Amino acid sequence: MSGVRVLVGTVKGAFVLTADGKREQWEVRGPHFGGWEIYHVKGSPADPDRIWSSQSSGWFGQVIQRSDDGGRSWEAVGNEFVYDGVPGTHQWYDGTPHPWEFARVWHLEPSLTDPETVWAGVEDAALFRSTDGGKSWAELAGLRGHGSGPHWQPGAGGLCLHTILLDPADPERIFIAISAAGAFRSDDGGATWKPINRGLRSEGILPEPEAEVGHCVHRIAMHPSRPETLFMQKHWDVMRSDDAGDSWREVSGDLPSDFGFAIDVHAHEPETVYVVPILSDSEHYPPEGKLRVYRSRTGGGEWEPLTAGLPQGDCYVNVLRDAMAVDALDPCGVYFGTTGGQVYTSSDAGDHWTPIVRDLPRVLSVEVQTLP
Amino acid sequence: MIRVVLPAHLKTLARVDGEVEVEVEGPATTAAVLSALETRYPTLRGALRDHATHQRRALVRFFACGRDLSHEPPDAPLPEAVADGTEPFLVVGAMAGG
Repeated sequence: MSGVRVLVGTVKGAFVLTADGKREQWEVRGPHFGGWEIYHVKGSPADPDRIWSSQSSGWFGQVIQRSDDGGRSWEAVGNEFVYDGVPGTHQWYDGTPHPWEFARVWHLEPSLTDPETVWAGVEDAALFRSTDGGKSWAELAGLRGHGSGPHWQPGAGGLCLHTILLDPADPERIFIAISAAGAFRSDDGGATWKPINRGLRSEGILPEPEAEVGHCVHRIAMHPSRPETLFMQKHWDVMRSDDAGDSWREVSGDLPSDFGFAIDVHAHEPETVYVVPILSDSEHYPPEGKLRVYRSRTGGGEWEPLTAGLPQGDCYVNVLRDAMAVDALDPCGVYFGTTGGQVYTSSDAGDHWTPIVRDLPRVLSVEVQTLP
Repeated sequence: MIRVVLPAHLKTLARVDGEVEVEVEGPATTAAVLSALETRYPTLRGALRDHATHQRRALVRFFACGRDLSHEPPDAPLPEAVADGTEPFLVVGAMAGG
């Protein structure tokens, strides 16, 4: 029988949650790398036994771990992330130039076809790639070098490259997003880049609300069957593009708040989208203390609250940008982790929810592998 | 032979238990000990000091013989008792919350 493996990164270690295709009985393994911040754990679509983990700490820096047996054992691989050439400066919070400094890997995106190749989005924002199984890393410097890099400013969480989307229909096309610079696209395998932020408005945040760069994009999601269509959770506003990011329109519709971090798309329905509304940019918890996932079956605009099994009172957790994922089973499973340490699952596309675990450390990321 | 005591997280990363011992070529200095450690335990590269600049990570400290050597020049000779293996060289994660 098929099954799922849920990969959870927390501020104090990684956890691997497994179940068969019914998704009722769960085995919890971990913490792996206990005591370390695990920003992201993700499996290779080309080899499900290969899993990558970004492990870091304020004391001892960045470690990249690789498993070749589905997360049972791990090996530390290369961790030298050196900016290409003279790194230059970006803007600091006060607008002064600040040298680019590597802090950590926020996101690891394995190649869709080659288990040896993996992309890394880092803070301070840059894109790296390894083609030798993680032994060595090289920056794709065209991103920082495309022109606007010196004007990028960090968001509250740092100047982080947190989203990497690989186009399954075009191996040369890559989308990335940076807080607080915006979204960018490459059509030549990462050599050159252009900002794709037309239609985004950051009223009251940017002096020029429709600036080409400077938007705090929190997350972008794509359905693999429609790589031209992108869904974005911005600092405020849920957005949609149907031309690979060349233009965006707002689809926040009737959401109780259009602030949030996580966004994802149903595995089998490209127009079914999930978000978790958060009250505001300073109040990082759900409106009214009710933890609600909102689902749109119309590609945005019209949203329905999904509440069954989720706390509907006195709930003040957050769901971070990399902490929502879907499996590929039928019906589609949806998963998210909270800053309160819960990982919730729905095995009916969001209609009903149940916690897999309730008491993990603050959850930073959730990914799911659907196993044969 | 220089004895080195690693903090628990770095023991896990290096997959060692207890003290480790390293040989250094030439004078026994902090830089030489760190290079020997990184050669013998490559997973420690980047965890103690920057890969390229060799600047000590801000929250890593080096103690020996009751002294904090963290701010000594990396090429300064270590105490004789460390160089001859009588006393260990301690790598310490600085006191910090989180």
